[in-house]
Amino acid sequence: MKLKKLLAMSISMAMCAAVFAGCGSSGDNGGKSNGGGKSGGDLIKVGIINNDPNESGYRTANDKDLKEAFSKENGYDASFAYSLKNDEQIQAANKFIQDEVDYLLLSAADTAGWDTVLKDAQAAGVKVILFDRTIDADESLYEASIVSDMAKEGQTAVDWLKGQNLSEYKIIHLQGVMGSAAQKGRSQALTDTAAAEGWTIVNEQTAEWNAEKAQQIVQSVIDSGESFNVIYAENDDMAKGAVAALDKANISHGVGKDVVVMGFDCNKWALEELLNQNWNYDGQCNPFQSSYIKDIIDKLEAGETISQKTIIMDEKGFDASTITQEDVDNYGI
Amino acid sequence: MAQNKVAPPKTSFFAGLMRNQIFIPIAALLLLTIFNLIADPSFFKITLAENSNGDPVLNGYLITVIDYGSELAILALGMTLVTAASGGQDISVGAAIAISGSVMLRVLCGSDSRAETMQAPIIVAFLISCVVAMLFGAFNGSLVAFFKIQPMVATLILFTAGRSIAAWINHNELPIVKDVSFSYFGNYFPGVPIPTPFFIAVICFIATWALLKFTTLGLYVQSVGINEKTSRLNGLNPELIKLLTYVFLGLCVAVAGFIKVSRLSTINYSVIAKDIEMDAILAVALGGNALSGGKFNMGSSILGAYVIQYLTTTLYKFKVNADALPAYKAVVVILLVIMSAPVVREKFAQLTKKLRANKEHTQAANAASN
Repeated sequence: MKLKKLLAMSISMAMCAAVFAGCGSSGDNGGKSNGGGKSGGDLIKVGIINNDPNESGYRTANDKDLKEAFSKENGYDASFAYSLKNDEQIQAANKFIQDEVDYLLLSAADTAGWDTVLKDAQAAGVKVILFDRTIDADESLYEASIVSDMAKEGQTAVDWLKGQNLSEYKIIHLQGVMGSAAQKGRSQALTDTAAAEGWTIVNEQTAEWNAEKAQQIVQSVIDSGESFNVIYAENDDMAKGAVAALDKANISHGVGKDVVVMGFDCNKWALEELLNQNWNYDGQCNPFQSSYIKDIIDKLEAGETISQKTIIMDEKGFDASTITQEDVDNYGI
Repeated sequence: MAQNKVAPPKTSFFAGLMRNQIFIPIAALLLLTIFNLIADPSFFKITLAENSNGDPVLNGYLITVIDYGSELAILALGMTLVTAASGGQDISVGAAIAISGSVMLRVLCGSDSRAETMQAPIIVAFLISCVVAMLFGAFNGSLVAFFKIQPMVATLILFTAGRSIAAWINHNELPIVKDVSFSYFGNYFPGVPIPTPFFIAVICFIATWALLKFTTLGLYVQSVGINEKTSRLNGLNPELIKLLTYVFLGLCVAVAGFIKVSRLSTINYSVIAKDIEMDAILAVALGGNALSGGKFNMGSSILGAYVIQYLTTTLYKFKVNADALPAYKAVVVILLVIMSAPVVREKFAQLTKKLRANKEHTQAANAASN
């Protein structure tokens, strides 16, 4: 993975250099003079605004990936700002604009309130790239938006579940914090398919991404004596809580057992559970956006225009019967 | 409450019961029990089954209540004392649980968050986490006792910073303990059909009872809570006593944190024991203790804690959205606040007085006619 990244990077850098050289000789790249005026040795200045890396394993992996990608060795001069609050993020954005960064990378805490800042950025010639989260602003205010398609993640998982051809489907659906993008996308897929296929939803509850709550909810279903054979948890933590309740009550789970366990996010420990056949499925929510962002920057530096503003990342789903140690090492976060 | 209207025929008995503050949690318990009996009596079914290790365990909603309510009951012990002595509440217990749990896993896992074997005996890890939690308790306590900061404001510091500290302890990793014996404390000991957290809670109850029975701490706490100045004039050291109650709460936090991390053999510092401080405060209030300090009744706080879990489990059983749980708890809080408001109390007192006067009147009349 690292090697591949490095390779991709060096090639793209070489291409950049070649393009700049080309521009230089033709001397005709008016609009892009701000970013393209640099000679090969100069660093590209990026300001990165992210959520607090402590927020979740996902965010930690995301931050680590960005830090590795936008290093000095790779030709970037990156500054980072973290906050879970929109106003603090906007402040940081203003500061980056004053510092005259070339690119502003943004994972906004909140979808609203970004118009003014982005207009300022545009006026100052700072190019904005959104990652991970979208905002309610006109598309013309940013160059690209790199996001996960939660609905697709959900659909991949539900299609996998359908492919298991269980004789009956009795599902406990553990939802994330209601209204979050991940919850909406992942829930919708299951709700639609369950209605179309006539699957039974034994219990549908929000455990708010929380393992303890998930454990109590599953415990309550077990106590009620209702039977179920699938646990569809919208993140790994909740799946873990559910499994703890199953273990307590002697209900077997995993490959070829009574209950199918499904999780999301691909935490390393969760993929290890898959490898040990204790869980059945884990859907990826890709935190590695840096390669996509770099692609965009390279294209912009090369003077190309981005035709597709919204870029959806490839995301995998792992099946316990086919997962390998390599997958765990590569995709675990 | 409905019982008040039934009261007149047996005024003395009911009045006696009502005057006792344990009446409130018992009434709530009865109310919930009656509701469950009517709605679905299977709530009370308990079955003996084998768990995945082949050991016999008891299953059923009531077992779930005593199981999951235990951490809350343990926290309620400390919270009651803190409330009584300082007239305020500690809102940082959830964050403190994240810290003490993280410390515990840090000691158990060492530097490798995926360690195959435990790097230290459980008891050592537990004792270290106790010390850390008590230190944080002492920090809160000294802000309250020596700097005279309002408890809720003082503990707001740790409430805000606690989970970040917890994250830092494990370098943002989520350590997992693979040894099965660690999970016994949050689940079942092999061969014992009753969940371990309940035993741990009972041990804490007995220890606390002994502490209050055989030392003067309980009396001192109440007198400091009722009037700090007079207690000082009587030779007590209010600062020290307040500090002690916070340290004691720290100990409770460590025990509750131990149960919490043992349940899942891991910790997610950002969500573990989320909002538990509110439940712990509610347990104290439901126990009929004045949140402004002074007299307290430990038993009714404990009962209050289990009643809250009883309510939670009941709501889960009826598939009420987990989102909506706080709303139901809010209803309980509203009822409690109204019932304990001075205006309502006065009205109550007048009403009972009137009733008693009526009764004496009729008795006197009866006696006269005889």
